[in-house]
Formats: sequence, structure tokens, C-alpha cells
Amino acid sequence: MFDVEKIRLDFPILTKEIFGKPLVYLDNAATSQKPRQVIDALVEYYENFNANVHRGVHTLSMEATDRYEEAREKVSSFINSESSDLVIWTRNASESLNLVAYSWGEKNVHEGDEILLTPMEHHSNLVPWQELARRKNAVIKFIPMLENGTLDMDRVKELITERTVLVSAVHMSNALGTINPIKELAEEAHKLGAKILVDGAQSVPHMPTDVQELNCDFLAFSGHKMLGPTGIGALYVKEEILESMEPFLTGGEMVLEVSYEKASWADLPMKFEAGTPNIADSIALGSAVDYLNALGMGNVREHEKDMTAYALDRFRKADLEGLDLFGPDDPNIRGGVFSFNTPDVHPHDLGTFLDRIGIAVRTGHHCAMPLVRSLGVAATSRASFYLYNTKKEVDILVDGVTEALRYFRDGPK
Amino acid sequence: MHDLEDLYQEIVMDHNRRPRNFGELEDPTATADGFNPLCGDQVTLQLFLEDGVVSDVAFNGVGCAISKSSASMMTEELKGKTVEHAEKLFEAFRKMITRAPGESYDSELLGDLEILKGVSQYPARIKCATLAWHTLHSAIQDGNEVVSTE
Ligand SMILES: Cc1ncc(COP(=O)(O)O)c(C=O)c1O
Repeated sequence: MFDVEKIRLDFPILTKEIFGKPLVYLDNAATSQKPRQVIDALVEYYENFNANVHRGVHTLSMEATDRYEEAREKVSSFINSESSDLVIWTRNASESLNLVAYSWGEKNVHEGDEILLTPMEHHSNLVPWQELARRKNAVIKFIPMLENGTLDMDRVKELITERTVLVSAVHMSNALGTINPIKELAEEAHKLGAKILVDGAQSVPHMPTDVQELNCDFLAFSGHKMLGPTGIGALYVKEEILESMEPFLTGGEMVLEVSYEKASWADLPMKFEAGTPNIADSIALGSAVDYLNALGMGNVREHEKDMTAYALDRFRKADLEGLDLFGPDDPNIRGGVFSFNTPDVHPHDLGTFLDRIGIAVRTGHHCAMPLVRSLGVAATSRASFYLYNTKKEVDILVDGVTEALRYFRDGPK
Repeated sequence: MHDLEDLYQEIVMDHNRRPRNFGELEDPTATADGFNPLCGDQVTLQLFLEDGVVSDVAFNGVGCAISKSSASMMTEELKGKTVEHAEKLFEAFRKMITRAPGESYDSELLGDLEILKGVSQYPARIKCATLAWHTLHSAIQDGNEVVSTE
């Protein structure tokens, strides 16, 4: 049973008050809150198992290594990877994406090659490709977007050509909530020999993810958006691709044998993990995965779909003076992300107003500047939901926005 | 929610709704653009300087209530003032907005601009209030510049 009120008890921060009002945390697309179980895992590690991994003969180091590798197993199963050797720890989705751009991109992208992206990419899945294209004289193309914030899939066939080496797409947009048809994109990419990368920063935390079912070649995501700590993320790469990739960073831990002249590389996945890794946070991310599994990712998605349908309805029915809500209006292809523009009130003013009544939303360009600009605005306000949010919080948000619009129109009552 | 009024005073709201000196000058002698990449606020400031005196000023752009009203109030204050006085106001204004609680500032010099003092309690909004002033500073210093609050 998915019992939100019971779930909320696991999150200590949710009892916090802001300016005397209960915190309504709606900035989950930026980072999620952490349950007690994850916080405890961090403390437990430092109190009982702290040691460096993969190098000690002593008991403590072996215990730390076991827990660290066990966490990798958990994350690997969570995305249904063929093997945990294909899951590389990184700091976050951004580092995962850069790893691919350098280790795979440097070797496989050549002059005149094409990289196909979507217009709704986070800067982290845009700038690394711009930079790679600049270094290689490669070309970046974009799949056009329809009015409702979904991709124009009719154009995909003509845009993927013999020249296309990579299709890189966000699974769930952090700015619009759109869930993109990755499986279809993967099929089209593979038909012409291109690889497909999935930016799962928003999808992995919010819906079941199966890399084999999606048939993706790369999947990047962050721990901190899925109940885990900051500073830990992961990259999944299909085995035959990973085998052929050169290391990203070099140094300790990632080598097999070193002479004064040269070195050979350790096996997967350590070949891609130079230096002492983020042991504590990996282990705590393992606990976050346990937590999500106990709830069931299918249930998490159902809860958020329900919330999304409710929020769409509330936004539509409220008297919101020309409020523009971006993104698809079908909860089946949308996550719990609501970006909107209020023509008469700047998002920054709205954000300050909502903060004073305890509501945390994000305002600005959401690290998707070109997209937000293409919507014809300089900034938007964004409310994003997670498994611990309630319909009552949707009501508080919609009422808060209504009140804010009145405040900026008529002044304080 | 009385404390929100420290920020959004009636005069601030009025400048937001009806910004003064909003538009463009015919032949400005100095122009600068200011940009806050964090929230997309953008301001263009134009000055007409004669013998070291600001004889006319106009601003243009998009922004929140704080940045718009701050720019509007600034332009009202500047007309007829010397460039040296404008720079002094910039320093005093910046001090007032970024001061620690309890720290003093030159309230006499600032006059009406003191209405924005409440911004100092809203760290996330400081850049909104100072954007126009930084832009003024660069227009005076360099004539033609793009400044960013980052
Ligand atoms: C869709 C998407 N991709 C990538 C990222 C980057 O994640 P991180 O900042 O954890 O590297 C984010 C986070 O905001 C995101 O929403």
C-alpha cells in the first residue's frame, strides 16, 4: 500500500516550518529530500565501516568494500543492467554525460558526424555535445518540438541519417515534465547504426527504468534526485561499448600495472573510477534504492501520475489571470513537473511570495535556457513533485499562486 | 504576512506598475546593458551627460518588481546630479542593500532610495535591486559595456 502520510514520517525535513508555515517542498526536480534510512546509512558507515576500498587486507577495508560493491549491485538491478560491471560511479548526471562526451565521443565522433538532441535538454546534456562538436567539427541537430511540449516524432526518421553517430535525449524533461518515447528513438537510432544516450536524471527517480527494455546504450543519472545524497551519480554503458572506451580520468584505483613509462587499465568498472571513490554516498544511495524498491517504482509512478492529473485539473480550473502552463496535458506522458508563466507577475516575485508562505518552488530558466527562451519568456516558475507530496499540497500551491497574483495586482489586503 | 511589505512597499509596487523614465533617449552619450543570468533580468541604461551632469536618463528591459522599481527610482534620483554624486549614490545604495543586520549606511544621502532597504533581508533578491546600479556604474566608467551580476 502506498501511504503518503506514512511515507512522510520517514523524512525528517518535512516537519520543518518556514516563516511559521509547514514546508511545502516542491523543488524536487532540483533535488529530493532524504529519508531517515538514507541519513542513517551515512552515519552508520562513518561510525562502523569507514575505510578505503579495494586496497586493504584488513577487515574494515573488506567490510567497506563489500558494502560499496553491494550498493553498486543494488543500483545495477534498479535499472535492470545486465551486470553491475556496467555501472560506473560518478559525482552526478553531469559528470556521467561528460564521461561519455570525452571517453566515447573523442574516439567515435569525427568531422561532419551528426549528434541529434532534443530542444528540451538540460544544459548538462547540451553543452558537453556543443563542446565536442566544436573540437571535432561535428554537427548538432535538434528534433523539433510540438506546441504541447512533445517531440515531433514524424521528423525523427528523416533527421537520423548515416551521418548520425549519437542520439542523446532526456527521458523526462526537468522543465516541461514531458516523458519522451525513448524506446522508439532507440529503435530509429539503431537502425542506422547510431548510439542512443538517455539522460535519466528525472526519469530514474520517478518511474521504473529498464535499460534492456529501453535498449539504450548509455544512461546517466544522479543519486541526489532519487532520495540519495549529493555527490554520487552513475553511468550505465552497454558492455561492448564500455569495453572499447578509453578511461576518462587516470590515476590510482583504475590501473592494473604501472611502470615509470606506462600503465595498463583495471577491469570494468574500475577502469573508469580513478582515485578514492565516494564510498559513503554510494552506500547511502544503495539505501535509497532499497527504500524505492520497498515502495515499488510502479507505485511511485502511479502516485505521481495521479498527482499530475489532479494538479493539471486544479491549474485549469483556478482563476489564474492568464497563467500559462507549459508541457503536455496528458498525465501518461508527463511527470509531476509544472512550469508556468504568470504574465503580470515575474517568477522571482512569485517565488519570494510563495516562500513566505512555506512553499519552495524554483524560478528561473531551470538550466534549460534555450528552451525557456523558445517559450517566449525570460524565466518560469516551476513546481515539481515527488513521492511524499500530497494533493493537499497541490491545493496549497494553487491557492498560493492565486493569492500572489491578487497581491501583486491589488497590493496587500 | 506583514514582513513581505518590507520588500514590496506601496511605492515599490507603484514604480513596478508605472516605471519612470522607461524607454529610450534620442542620442545618449553613454549606454550600458546589465544582465542577471540567474533569473533572466535584463536592463539597458542610457545617459545623456553634459559637463559631468546627468541631464537625461532612460532605462529599458525586463525584470521582476524589485529590479524594475529599483531602476525606475534610480533614474528619478539621477536627473540633474553630477557623475561624482551618482557614483557616491551607487556606493551608498550597494552598502545599504548588502549590509549585515545592524550595520549602518548613509540614509541622508540616499533619501527616497531608502525605500528599498528591506531588500537586505532577502539575500536572493539583492542582485535584482543592484542590477541597474551596476549598469549605471559601468555606463559611467566605460561608456558602453555589458555587465553581468554573476
Ligand atoms: C534532466 C536533467 N539532466 C541533467 C541534470 C544534471 O544533474 P546534476 O546537476 O545532478 O548533474 C538535471 C538536474 O537538474 C536534470 O534535471
